[in-house]
Order: sequence, then structure tokens, then C-alpha cells
Amino acid sequence: MQAGKLTQRSEGKGAITEPAWVRYLLITAALAFLALFLLMPLAAVFVQALDKGWEAYLEALKEPDTISAIRLTLITAAVCVPLNLFFGIVASWAIAKFSFRGKSFLITLIDLPFSVSPVVSGLIYVLIFGLQGWLGPWLQAHDIKIIFAVPGIVLATVFVTFPFIARELIPLMESQGREEEEAALTLGASGLQTFFRVTFPNIKWGILYGVILCNARAMGEFGAVSVVSGHVRGSTNTIPLQVEILYNEYNYAAAFAVASLLALLALVTLAIKTVSEWKLQQSISVAGKER
Amino acid sequence: MARSGGKNNVLPGFTPALGYTIFYLSLIVLIPLSALFFKTATLSWDGFVAAVTAPRVLASYRVTFGASLAAAVINAFFGVLVAWVLVRYRFTGKKLIDALVDLPFALPTAVAGITLASIYSQNGWLGRYLEPHGIKVAFTPLGIAVAMVFIGLPFVVRTVQPVLEELDQEIEEAASCLGANRWQTFRRVLLPTMLPAILTGFALAFARAVGEYGSIIFIAGNMPMVSEITPLLIITKLEQYDYAGATAIATVMLVVSFLMLLCINLLQKWSRRFAE
Amino acid sequence: MSIDIEGISKTFGGFTALDNVSLKVPSGELVALLGPSGSGKTSLLRIIAGLEAPDSGRILFDGEEATKRQVQERQVGFVFQHYALFRHMTVFDNIAFGLTVKPKKIRPGKQEIRDKVNKLLHLIQLENLADRYPAQLSGGQRQRVALARALAVEPQVLLLDEPFGALDAKVRLELRRWLRRLHDEIHVTSVFVTHDQEEALEVADRIVVMNNGRIEQQGTPSEVYDHPATPFVYDFLGNVNLFQGRVHEGTAQMGGLNLSSPENASAHDAPAVGYVRSHDIAIERQAGDPGAIKAEVRYLLSVGPLVRVDLLLPDGNRTIEVDLTREEAERLQLTIGEQVFARPRKMRVFVDDYQI
Repeated sequence: MQAGKLTQRSEGKGAITEPAWVRYLLITAALAFLALFLLMPLAAVFVQALDKGWEAYLEALKEPDTISAIRLTLITAAVCVPLNLFFGIVASWAIAKFSFRGKSFLITLIDLPFSVSPVVSGLIYVLIFGLQGWLGPWLQAHDIKIIFAVPGIVLATVFVTFPFIARELIPLMESQGREEEEAALTLGASGLQTFFRVTFPNIKWGILYGVILCNARAMGEFGAVSVVSGHVRGSTNTIPLQVEILYNEYNYAAAFAVASLLALLALVTLAIKTVSEWKLQQSISVAGKER
Repeated sequence: MARSGGKNNVLPGFTPALGYTIFYLSLIVLIPLSALFFKTATLSWDGFVAAVTAPRVLASYRVTFGASLAAAVINAFFGVLVAWVLVRYRFTGKKLIDALVDLPFALPTAVAGITLASIYSQNGWLGRYLEPHGIKVAFTPLGIAVAMVFIGLPFVVRTVQPVLEELDQEIEEAASCLGANRWQTFRRVLLPTMLPAILTGFALAFARAVGEYGSIIFIAGNMPMVSEITPLLIITKLEQYDYAGATAIATVMLVVSFLMLLCINLLQKWSRRFAE
Repeated sequence: MSIDIEGISKTFGGFTALDNVSLKVPSGELVALLGPSGSGKTSLLRIIAGLEAPDSGRILFDGEEATKRQVQERQVGFVFQHYALFRHMTVFDNIAFGLTVKPKKIRPGKQEIRDKVNKLLHLIQLENLADRYPAQLSGGQRQRVALARALAVEPQVLLLDEPFGALDAKVRLELRRWLRRLHDEIHVTSVFVTHDQEEALEVADRIVVMNNGRIEQQGTPSEVYDHPATPFVYDFLGNVNLFQGRVHEGTAQMGGLNLSSPENASAHDAPAVGYVRSHDIAIERQAGDPGAIKAEVRYLLSVGPLVRVDLLLPDGNRTIEVDLTREEAERLQLTIGEQVFARPRKMRVFVDDYQI
């Protein structure tokens, strides 16, 4: 199982490469650029967060409004991720394992939320559920609040994270073909047995990859949520919105303390993403060897 | 022998799976998006044109598209450099750097926004060295471009990287056997091969920058006519209960997104034209 | 179990894969579906398995209608061209899969499953590799695992799609002999698809030659090889030389040859093509026989046990290929440029409505 060879290029192999000074120059330039635009912001978050010491840091995190923002963010992700996970699996089953007319158009439609500005994503829900929107009067008559309330935040987040899992699974499942499933059926497995015992083990790393990205975006979404939330402290603020409020109140240390939670989340996301990518490549190259 | 069609396939569940896919897609994406167009349709044509061509709106387009273009150009250049270095050279910490390239995808935009604002502000890590030289980044269009470079950084790297990885070493060997020097090989052989991927990454970075909100508003200063981006203008109009105005501008943005999406799809088709 | 295929048709888009195909596979036989790619052989196999539904026609298992049965209910063992082993399962788990997905009521116990899998591992001679994953096996080993997996559920019918297609020449030879022996042991009704005539001739009890979605001929290997029913079968099985000419009331005129062709007694001065296998031509120094044509030796090549001779016909631009045994070649001591006489020992004449 020599996997992951795809990325390991044979640098230095053969005479065909650049002179050493060119190589060092290019590496230095690339690293300088990345240090300036990636590492410095990342470091800045944590340095600023701990600017006033650990005490102040923990104090900022224990603040009731912050706690409630964390709770709301967790709730939002807990609703969004399963919804989009289920959708992603179902959609990729239909798209990758069957062929039908209009398939590539359907894939484009699924990708749509990626190309819509977050602000517009929030706005469309205001246009439907807001006071002046299609359902606004009816909702008000029945005393249901969606915009400037939790359901609106969840809806907008579902929209912006909609494609993550599906677009990860579709190409993966396409690359795996149908033969293993067909083999399972000829051996007498039912539809569900085929999915859980044959399809699922082959896509589990792809699922993890999609879920982790979907979760990161769900917890970190700002633009769309900011339009529909109404910014009610302690009730309709997610972590990113709480960061904004603290920052605008010039409470920088607290703002960065809360922001550091999200930065940690980002680092964890990257770590899991890297591992699942590696595992994914492993399973793909094994599949490739088998062909 | 293409075996196709739901009815020709023995795997179960096609009809419910496709049905649910279309149902959920309509519910979450298509119907809400269509609301925007229906709302716009209630405006008169003159009203629509007036709303989307007001001087402040036009200024916001200039800022948004100008900064996005600048950021995408910078990202195209450095994206190719980073991808090249990551694929071709060996150095310590390479794996870590490779993983960190995706940070802008994973880091919530609000965090990026306040961090960049603090780094480039008057007393910030970089601002304190730049401002004495008359380079003001925070609260200017330059700051907007900086934020856009940050959020668009992974796109070019991640589209060019696989192309470089799959590139057969033999192509370069052939070029040098034919007498090309290293730079000629890069210019005449490698760059044309990477070009579709570079353009795709460029378009993705540009599209992302145009719609971006969270990471920009903290560093932009948001001065009308000078450093106010279009997405912010939509929010401002909403806060003033000018739904019609917000909707009209949002429609323009959405149409631009669709055009970009079309562009990107065509680019990707084009990039596969040599695929075996 | 016997299989009856009655009037099966199948189209994909505008392409007719199968055109009213009927076929009987008697119980216990090993049948080869032989044909070029696109001849419909794989589609037919997949329809028998239930992996594809026919547009029209019926499939009967032991005389019972099975067309509407689900794949799972058909109890067929299917060996896929690329094996379709479950890559996340060990060899053991792959083979056990069919047993472990049985409904609880009829599922064998753990020990029973283990015994059965071990027996199969012994059968395919891979006892030591039970814990390996498919990626760690060679092509031939994967092939055998795929077969064992299919056999584990004790299928009524074994279907194999190009079972040796992805293997290299030596392994392919070994495996197909092994498959033949295995079939002699277990006698399960088997159908396999191949485009390799040699494979079909060597392994099968019966060969079904397919072309353009139809059956061209079926019969035992020797029937099909010695008495091809159509020009296509002639052409597809073995090396063949073509002679252009005309046929009239049972007599054929082929480039200087005069032959009787009783099967074309009703033809009236029709264009015709004569087919002669390359080993059915004798080379002689004397023009003793009126059924011989003059030709010039163009090229000599030893191919294993045979010597291939290219002969240039007197018209100066057509060549025929002749295969001689080593002995014959040594007796003749041919030299390049020499004039000889070629005498077809056996020619089959078809009225010319078929083009290659």
C-alpha cells in the first residue's frame, strides 16, 4: 500500500531543475508572501487575544453574552451539518451512480451558493420571511419569528454551507464507479446493506472532509448571518457576530479572545482536513492500483 | 457502450434520491434566489436603473471590482509561485505550509477582518512601519485589496498545484533535449500548460473577492464614495429599510456572480481540452 | 440449472446492443460468449444476471420466468471484469460478504461461515492471504478471490465477464486451465464472455459467437472452428485468406482456381468470396493439381512451432498467408523469390454479401 505517491514528486531527480540560487530565491519569495499574508494574521489573533494576560482572556470567554453566542453557534452547526450531510449523500448517490439528462446542470445549481455573495444570501431570506417579504404578514399574524431570530440564522447558514458535502462526494463516488455495488447486489445484499457495507466505507473519509469544511463555514459564517440576525446580544448573536460587537466597542482584547476560539477551530479543521485528504488519496490510489 | 439511464441501472433508490435532491435544492436555494428576481421585477425599470446607477453605488462598484481585480492579479502571480515551490522543491516545514495554505478557507471572515485591521492600523505590527512612509493601508481601498488577497489566496494555488503535480517530467526533458533552456521551457511549455488552471484560479479568486464582506468591512473604513464596497451598501440600504434599493443592487451582484460562474465553467471545460 | 434466453432485445440510446437473441444453456455446461467488443456479449451476460433489464424478451431459469426477478433473488455468481472486490475488506471478508448479508433467519453461523470461506480459500489456493486487502494482491490472485466470492453463496449460475481480460499472458493461460478443471469439479452452469477465440476454444463446452447484437453461430469448439456457418465466424476464429471470384450453379471460380461449391448450387453467376485457413493451404513445387495457383514466396517467418509463408499471387499485388509445420517447411526448403504452387485443401465459398 504505497499510497500518496501522487504528491511526492521526484524533485532533484534528473538534471532538469533550476540553479540552486533560483530555487532559494523562489522558495524565499513564496515563504515571505505566505508569512506576510497567512502566518502573521494567524499569530496576531493569538497575540492580541492574550494581550492582557490569561486572566483577562478567560474572563472574556466566560462573559454570559459570549457563552450564549457559543451556544447559538453550536446549535446552528448542529442543525446545518446533518441537514447538508444527508442531502450531500443522497444527491451524490443520485448523481454519481446514475446517469440522466441535465446532470451537469444540476451540479452547477448545487454549486450556486458558493458564487453568491454572503450578503445576498442573507438578503434573499429577508425578502421571503421579513416583515415586507412574501410570508412576512402571515408569519407575523401567527406570531412566528424567523428573521432576526434563530431560524433565520440557521436558514442562511444552511444556504451558504449547502454545497460543501455534496461537491466533495460527487466526484469521489463517480471515480469509484458502480461495480462494487453491483457485485454486492449479485451476492444478495439489499439496497441498504449495499450502501452501508460497500459504499459507505469507500466514502467515509470524503464524508469527514466535507463535514469538517461544512462545519467550519457554518460556525464562522458572518455576512449572511449578519443580515438576518438582528444582532440582539445574548440571543441572536453567533460567535462571529459577537466578535464584531466587541470589536466595534473597542474591546479589542475580548474581541480577539473570542476570535481566537474561531481561529483554533480553523486550525483543528485544517488538521482534520489534511488527515482526511491523505486518507482519501490513499483510498483513491489503492482503487487506481486495482484497476 | 454507455450504459445509462435510471431504468437501466439496477442500483436502488434513484427516484427517491433524485426527488429529494431536487426538492431540497429548490427549497433552500432556488426558491429563495428567485425571490430576489421577483422582488426586483416589482420595481419599475427607471427605478431599477436609478437605484443601481446612483453615484454612491457606482463608486462602490469601482472600489469593489477594482480591488478585486488587483487582488486577483496578485494572487495569480504569487499563487503560481507558491504552487511551484510546493510541488517542485523540498524544504523543511513544507507539509505544514501546504496545509496552512487553506487557512483563509477555514478562518472565519470576521476573524480575518479584525486581525488584518489591527495589523495594518496605525499602531499595528505593519502599520507602524508603513504609515511613516506615507503608505496607509487600513481604512483605504488598499486595505480592501489586502483583505481580498488574503481570502483569495488558496484559489490559484489549489487549482495550479494538481496540474503541476500531474505534469509529466518527460515533457520538460523533451524540451531541454530540443535545446530549450530552463526559462524557455517554463515560458513555452510549462506556462501554457498551467494557463487554464491559472485563469480558473484567478476567476475564482476574483469572484470570491467581489462578494466578500466579513473580512473587508473592518479594514475598509467604509467611507461612502471612497472605500465602501457593494455588499456593505446592500446592508446599509437594508438598515434604512430601503428594500427596493437593496434588492436592485443585490440583483446586479447576483447577475455578476452568474456570469463569473459561467466564465469559470467555460474555463474549466477549456482546461480539459487536452485531457486524454 | 438451465438458462433459456428467449427473444432478448436491448438498445442503449440509438445503439442496438442485442437484437432478438435466443439461446439455451443446458444445466452444468460451460458456455463461452465470444465476439468482438460491441457485439452485445457483455450486455447479454448482464441481462442474465439481472444487472440490466432487457427491452423485450424473457429469461427463464430451469423453465421458470426470471425476467422480473431482482438481482439479489437470482442467485447468480457474477465475476466482474475488473473483479469489483470490496477494497476496504480483507480477502476473507470479501469472500464471506455474500453469506453475511443473508437475512438473519437463513444466515449461517459464524463458525459455519468461517469453515466455508476457509474451504474456498483452499480451493483457490490462497489460504495464506486471507488477511490481505485486494490492493495487496496480484491480478491473478484478485481474479481467484472474485471467483471464490461468487461461489461462496452457492450460485445456481456462474457468470464471468472477460474473466482473464486484465491479466498477462502467462497467468491468463494458467488461470483458464484452472477454471476448466474447477468447472469439471463443481459443474455449476457457467457462462463467460471473451473476445479471445483461443480462450473460448480451450475452455468452453460450447461457444456462442456473437456479432452486432446477434448470434452468428453456436456449437462445440470443433464445430465452430471446423464448420464456420458465416463469413464472420470464419474471419473471427483463426487466420484466414480471402479469394475473390464468382460462383455459378455450384461451381466457384476463384483467381485461377476451379472448385465445386455444392452449398451454392442455386447461385447464378454471383460474386463470391472464398475463405481458406492459413494452415489449410499446401505448398507444392509441381503444378500437379488443377486446384493449385502459382505464387511467389515473398517472406518466411518462424512463429513458434509454425513457419509462416507469405505468397505473392500472380496478379502482383495480393498476398496470402500460409502456415506450415516445421517438418513441412524443412522438407520443402523454400527460398525467397521462388515460384511455387499453392493448393487450398479446404475452401468455403460464401456469396458475396458480406464485407470485411
